[in-house]
Amino acid sequence: MNILAFGAVKEILGDTSITVSLDNNERVGILITRLETQFPQLKQLSSFMIAVNGEYANADTIIKQGDEVAIIPPVSGG
Amino acid sequence: MNIDLKISAEALAVQPCIDWAMSAESGGVDVFIGTVRNSTKGRKVVRLEFETYESMALNEMRKIADDILMKWPVNKILIHHRIGVLVPGDIPVIIVVAAAHRAAAFEACRYAIDTFKQTVPIWKKEVFEDGEHWVAAHP
Repeated sequence: MNILAFGAVKEILGDTSITVSLDNNERVGILITRLETQFPQLKQLSSFMIAVNGEYANADTIIKQGDEVAIIPPVSGG
Repeated sequence: MNIDLKISAEALAVQPCIDWAMSAESGGVDVFIGTVRNSTKGRKVVRLEFETYESMALNEMRKIADDILMKWPVNKILIHHRIGVLVPGDIPVIIVVAAAHRAAAFEACRYAIDTFKQTVPIWKKEVFEDGEHWVAAHP
């Protein structure tokens, strides 16, 4: 699955998106574990959230095939 | 329309925002203008680089505006944010709230900028003369 990266995440991972293998209907909690294993650099962040289809997700949110998934580092607009 | 939301790579203009919000039904118009500061903790800021996840950012901005219209007797709410490279003195954000009475306008405007800074997926990199960092990203 393709995961969008922005801001500090984009810089840490060196790309605007990354690929993670994920079964259909897997939960966000599993994705986070997989991300942290595959990209330990993410631990440099103070925190991050996952967004699914443009909405903040929680650990129980289910990710379906075709969903737009993004890593959201701490926001700093304004 | 009583909500005006925009993310733009162009410079933001304050006066058109105020003109859009003002009307005879609104006795108070509250304006918040964010401006790029020339220093952070004593370090001279050269520029800020803003980027966004635009579709989600507009979605979160819409939630803020909808919340405000539910919580306060407000007539109009405008939130504009600029992205790209900004230098000290430039305007990254303008929020305008128009209401019949000033208390609602002040409170809703404060709520809008405070919530914006917590929820809207926009990120800024501060570039100093001797280094750079993504604001709030690292412990």
